[in-house]
Amino acid sequence: MTGYRLPAGGRIDRHRTINFRFDGRDYQGFAGDTLASAMAGAGIVLVGRSFKYHRPRGLLGIGSEECNALVSINRGAARVTPNVRSTQVWLYPGLNAISQNRWPSLRWDVVALNDVFAPLFPAGFYNKTFMWPRSAWEKLYEPVIRRLAGLGESPVERDPDHYDATYAHCEVLVVGGGRAGIDAALAAAQSGGRVILIDEGDELGGGALADPAQWPVLMALKQELYSCSNVMVLTRTTAFGFYHQNFIGATQQLTDYLEPAVSQGAREKLWRIRAGEVVLAQGAIERPLVFNGNDVPGVMLASAARSLALRFGVAVGRQVVVMAAHDSGWHDALAMAAAGVTIAAIIDVRHVVSGDLAEAARAMGIAVHTGAAITRVAGRHAVKGVTFASDGTGPSRRIACDTVLMAGGWTPSVHLWSHAKGSLVWSDAWGAYLPGTALENTRAVGACAGEWDFGAGVVTAVLPNALPVRSQTAFVDFQNDVKARDIHLAVQEGFRSIEHIKRYTTNGMATDQGKTSNLNGLQIASEALGRPVSDIGLTTFRPPYTPQTFGALLGHHKGALFQPVRKSVIDDWANLQGAVFENVGNWRRARYFPQGGEDMHSAVLRECTAVRERVGVFDASTLGKIEVVGPDAAEFLNRMYTNPWKGLAPGRCRYGLLLREDGFIIDDGVSARLADDRFHLTTTTGGAARVLNMMEDYLQTEWPDLDVWLTSTTEQWAVIALQGPRARDVIAPLVEGIDLSPAAFPHMAVREGTIAGVPTRLFRVSFTGELGFEINVPADQGRKVWDAVLRSGGAHGISPYGTEAMHVLRAEKGFIIVGQDTDGTMTPYDMGLDWAVGKKKPDFVGKRSLARPDMSAPGRKQFIGLLTERPQDLLEEGAQVVLDPTAPVPVPMIGHVTSAYHSVALGRTIALAVIADGRARIGEMVFIPMPDTVIRATVTAPVFHDPEGSRLNA
Amino acid sequence: MKRFSGLNLLAQAFDGHRGWPEHWPDKAPKAAYDVIIIGAGGHGLGAAYYLATKYGISNVAVIEKGWLGGGNAGRNTTIIRSNYLYDESAHLYDHAVKLWDGLSQELNYNVMYSKRGVLMLAHNVHDVQSFKRHIHANRLNGVDNEWLTPDQCKAYCPPLDIAANARHPVLGGALQRRGGTARHDSVAWGYARGAVARGVDIIQNCAVTGIRRGPDGAVLGVETERGFIGATKIGVSAAGSTSLVMKMAGLDFPLESYPLQALVSEPVKPIFPCVVMSNTVHAYISQSDKGELVIGAGTDQYVSYSQRGALHIIEHTLAAICEIFPIFTRMRMLRTWGGIVDVTPDRSPILAKTPVPGLYVNCGWGTGGFKATPGAADLLAHTIAHDAPHAINAPFNLDRFRNGRLIDEAAAAAVAH
Amino acid sequence: MILIHCPYCEQDRPEIEFTYGGQAHIARPHDPAALTDREWETYLYIRANPRGLHAERWRHIHGCARFFNAVRDTVTDRFTVTYKTGEARPDGGVA
Repeated sequence: MTGYRLPAGGRIDRHRTINFRFDGRDYQGFAGDTLASAMAGAGIVLVGRSFKYHRPRGLLGIGSEECNALVSINRGAARVTPNVRSTQVWLYPGLNAISQNRWPSLRWDVVALNDVFAPLFPAGFYNKTFMWPRSAWEKLYEPVIRRLAGLGESPVERDPDHYDATYAHCEVLVVGGGRAGIDAALAAAQSGGRVILIDEGDELGGGALADPAQWPVLMALKQELYSCSNVMVLTRTTAFGFYHQNFIGATQQLTDYLEPAVSQGAREKLWRIRAGEVVLAQGAIERPLVFNGNDVPGVMLASAARSLALRFGVAVGRQVVVMAAHDSGWHDALAMAAAGVTIAAIIDVRHVVSGDLAEAARAMGIAVHTGAAITRVAGRHAVKGVTFASDGTGPSRRIACDTVLMAGGWTPSVHLWSHAKGSLVWSDAWGAYLPGTALENTRAVGACAGEWDFGAGVVTAVLPNALPVRSQTAFVDFQNDVKARDIHLAVQEGFRSIEHIKRYTTNGMATDQGKTSNLNGLQIASEALGRPVSDIGLTTFRPPYTPQTFGALLGHHKGALFQPVRKSVIDDWANLQGAVFENVGNWRRARYFPQGGEDMHSAVLRECTAVRERVGVFDASTLGKIEVVGPDAAEFLNRMYTNPWKGLAPGRCRYGLLLREDGFIIDDGVSARLADDRFHLTTTTGGAARVLNMMEDYLQTEWPDLDVWLTSTTEQWAVIALQGPRARDVIAPLVEGIDLSPAAFPHMAVREGTIAGVPTRLFRVSFTGELGFEINVPADQGRKVWDAVLRSGGAHGISPYGTEAMHVLRAEKGFIIVGQDTDGTMTPYDMGLDWAVGKKKPDFVGKRSLARPDMSAPGRKQFIGLLTERPQDLLEEGAQVVLDPTAPVPVPMIGHVTSAYHSVALGRTIALAVIADGRARIGEMVFIPMPDTVIRATVTAPVFHDPEGSRLNA
Repeated sequence: MKRFSGLNLLAQAFDGHRGWPEHWPDKAPKAAYDVIIIGAGGHGLGAAYYLATKYGISNVAVIEKGWLGGGNAGRNTTIIRSNYLYDESAHLYDHAVKLWDGLSQELNYNVMYSKRGVLMLAHNVHDVQSFKRHIHANRLNGVDNEWLTPDQCKAYCPPLDIAANARHPVLGGALQRRGGTARHDSVAWGYARGAVARGVDIIQNCAVTGIRRGPDGAVLGVETERGFIGATKIGVSAAGSTSLVMKMAGLDFPLESYPLQALVSEPVKPIFPCVVMSNTVHAYISQSDKGELVIGAGTDQYVSYSQRGALHIIEHTLAAICEIFPIFTRMRMLRTWGGIVDVTPDRSPILAKTPVPGLYVNCGWGTGGFKATPGAADLLAHTIAHDAPHAINAPFNLDRFRNGRLIDEAAAAAVAH
Repeated sequence: MILIHCPYCEQDRPEIEFTYGGQAHIARPHDPAALTDREWETYLYIRANPRGLHAERWRHIHGCARFFNAVRDTVTDRFTVTYKTGEARPDGGVA
């Protein structure tokens, strides 16, 4: 194939030449060209290398079926895309394409040596070897295989492009903009509903674009279509998947066909379309023929050559031979000849060719050889000629040529139909599967439904040849180097299902996903097995129809929009202070506030000291909050939580413990009764949504008789925790309407009033063991109150503290953090929270599970404290606790460290842990084995500081 | 069985590979077997193999409603690791990893077990605490698992983005170097070939329609599309279909079956040297020897046997992958597929005797069954042969759902399987 | 993405507005303490998991926030009916 530009014809704009580059050399094409047509027009034959044997490869097709002419497109730094089908790249000035899977160059590829040893590498060879010596697989064989495999190179830099995504809805979606699709869209438009027409190409028309006789009609239809206000036409758009209930995924190319310098906006756009009806008009793909030498560059599909000639004005070669098994090859040959392409001969495997095709060919000076088949193709990097013989076995004859066109019949594109679980029916006439019964509201029209007459043909597996299949290089999957003989070998080795044959040979698993190879593979397997095709089944069609860019599929969901960060109203302030943040659930929280280059250790010690000695302020706004309202509110909470709630007086708070129905702790928090029928619940920061959902579940589905309303108020309230001996002094000047005296406002009470002029629900609670308040104010007033508290606290040495200091302070008091000290397998008894379980309550969520035998069996892990023998040894959170550190592996473990900190209050380290029968071990020595040492520690009660609670009751 | 070797491959190359026999000749079912395994996935075929090779029972049939290896065995993302938290799980999965090592040689079938390392990323303080707990527990259990700093993570997996200002910054990772991947189809095929060579019958395209039990309740055999086949011991290893098979024996099971999707990219030259998992971001990824990025997605939320997942799951999965590996946004997704995973309440498997005498079950592996293949197969064979579980699988019994002795790795650590 | 008919909103809405709630019609026992361990296990863990019609719960969490029930074919993922919490299964099925 030495392609050249025909003097006239085609839909290209010959006045606009476009320069492009392939493997460092400059070429010219025209506006309207694809990269493939421009390369063909420039006489480029060798375009790539196959996957396994690195055999030379030339252009095969013209559209999304292309499996050979894959290139990397370089649009500048960090904009290199591998494995692009040149048939679907629209030419732009400066386009820079690079061939793949070769070294050092496309023509001189060292790895093509693989091809010499190809007999050693049949299907499944890797299962049979590379097993000795054992370690060589990872050290030698696999690294070599991995380097040889793969096609292009992955990008290695962050992609500067961005991607768009949207939803669309329509009454009728038409997939495919050929004649059948256009007709369907126009018909649908008549009914007035919204119509979307999607096509892969840059212009509508499909196969008609390669048939100038149809152009006038096509133009008229397109004009009509574009004048319909209810029709949206999306070109350069691929419908790649048909999902449940007429939900179609499609991606639109937005910039890749434009010069990088003028490209603006998103590179691709994901369309998620819900359609009332889907009309599939995807057309059909021509089938290659399987014969000895069919992969030499210059052997390609007849329909592709026709398209090159009539749509792009490119003659594929100077001497073209057509190898046909189907009338369509003759029609293509005649059309090309009429356009000025020299067709040297048409060889047809059939003895009798329908109609007057042979006569018409002879009239145009084309040699006709019916009942014959090509038996050999000469040439390695390009076709030099073919040998053919009657029935493939008669005396050989030779024709010099540079191009061979294959016309093996047609395969309807039933991909999307099959995604949608529509049934497929084998058609002997087509030699292909056609749409049967639909599951969704969809129908197929045109060629993909077998409704277009491409003429007649015979379905052949491998063209007849005197050579046995084993001795032929007759390819079925050109990219993956699957030959007919590989399929025979798979059958010989006992693989009978087409799924097995596909996996064993990799037929149909290349980047075209078998568009040109599946049916030939099936046919060959059928012959080898001696069973009809319809008995062997069909491999499942899976989305996507063509490979889809990750970027388009994730759309806007990256960086800040991947999972939006939740921030409290105090976050800006913390950021200004130079706080170091941590992620907790989807929230970002200030972990500590370093001053003057402090590390975390120093900052946390300082913050803890402030709280213990003076006063600290903490942003607790992320705590989950639920307002529980209604006459049955107390009854509802009584059933949900382990604690009793009915006796709680308005104005008082209670620590609540929540279990899953399986008896394990899921959440906790301090909640307040504001009135007989109103509670203000708090949950853990990460657990708010989970808890609300669980409560709604019970309320709506188990106890719909209860008159209770649940409302998430997490973001309604800013929560400022003020903790330390001077906490009361700090808020006293700011609070109105609340008697702050200890007698009037004891620990675990709630009052309503104002603070800094802002209405507040003021909790007197403590998660630090100090005198403390949690100031709930409307979120939009939170920053104002925060600032007022800081100002007022200035005189008292107030210091902000972060989550790390909060963790230390609560650990000194043995207060648990659900999710850190518990892990989804701990019960209230395990955690020493028996006091929070209402003994007299007949039932609560999880109660029955606690009575299961294992839930109170000896040996359960229990929550305790640990003090290391050396006071400054800090245990590692997650470290395991053992009784005998000298035991051989596996060493019996009795539990693990859940929390460990430097304690200011104790002047040493402390740790919390859960260990088997922990409470019975208080006072005992246990061991914490580290990789290089063993730390000794004494088991203690989990409360290290102020066990009698005098400070928080101050 | 003709031995596989480089030498034989060379010899066959000169003969057009005409001498390779069938991997597993078709067999008509016999009237009765000592043991029937229902389900010809990797676990079931492996159980048959070990029954024949380790436990002296070769009068075994594996009955499969479709094609062998056609279920989850051929649909997974091939990750192998054993760095589980609890002793029970660590022992179970490490039993498998020890068998993976040398499996190619044992089966004389290259299953391409590649110890390229599994790196699990920690993105927040909670992850760090949890992974450290795993690492300490694993060390004391003799299971390799080590902590890597962010820089070490980046050195181990260069495509990783370790920017401190990332939405989910990498704070470190837990690396199991013995973890890795294997070639999934080869595992099923290798066990099938090995089992058949030792007298096991594999009966494909033969759905089980009933389980026949005697007056004492013990199993007598299975009713199938091809008639009754007798056996006094039946092992069920039917993954997503286990609930259905168990109903045939009158047992209701604590299982639900969910769709799970996975996808691969187009093949590219080597870029990704290991396996990376991130539970916080919900992503796991490796690169196959063929060059495809192999990416696991999450399960859909509802029970389904449709093998047809939703697009938004794919969107989320790729967003997660590109959040950690931003260089991949220009890569393209080549193929997606769906499987059916059977999930227990504690997301740990059930590998045990059942209340029906002679009926044994291996199920509930959820999204993590592939890595356990040799171990599960061996333990199922052991349990069947001895009519009693091995110490390793004894905790994975049915009683735990009654007595509360759950093995809940996910609850304990929020770590995906 | 499946479409789900919310019986409260009376609209077909996409799946991402909903959360799945597991098998339907498993009422929490009125007196759990009266149940044996075996009965309690059945309530907590034993599920029908049928291949075919399945009665299940959904919640229109990003809509009306109501729980409701549905019958769906687990082979095709098609809903045959959705109905309000507390109503009997309209098709009379049991799984």
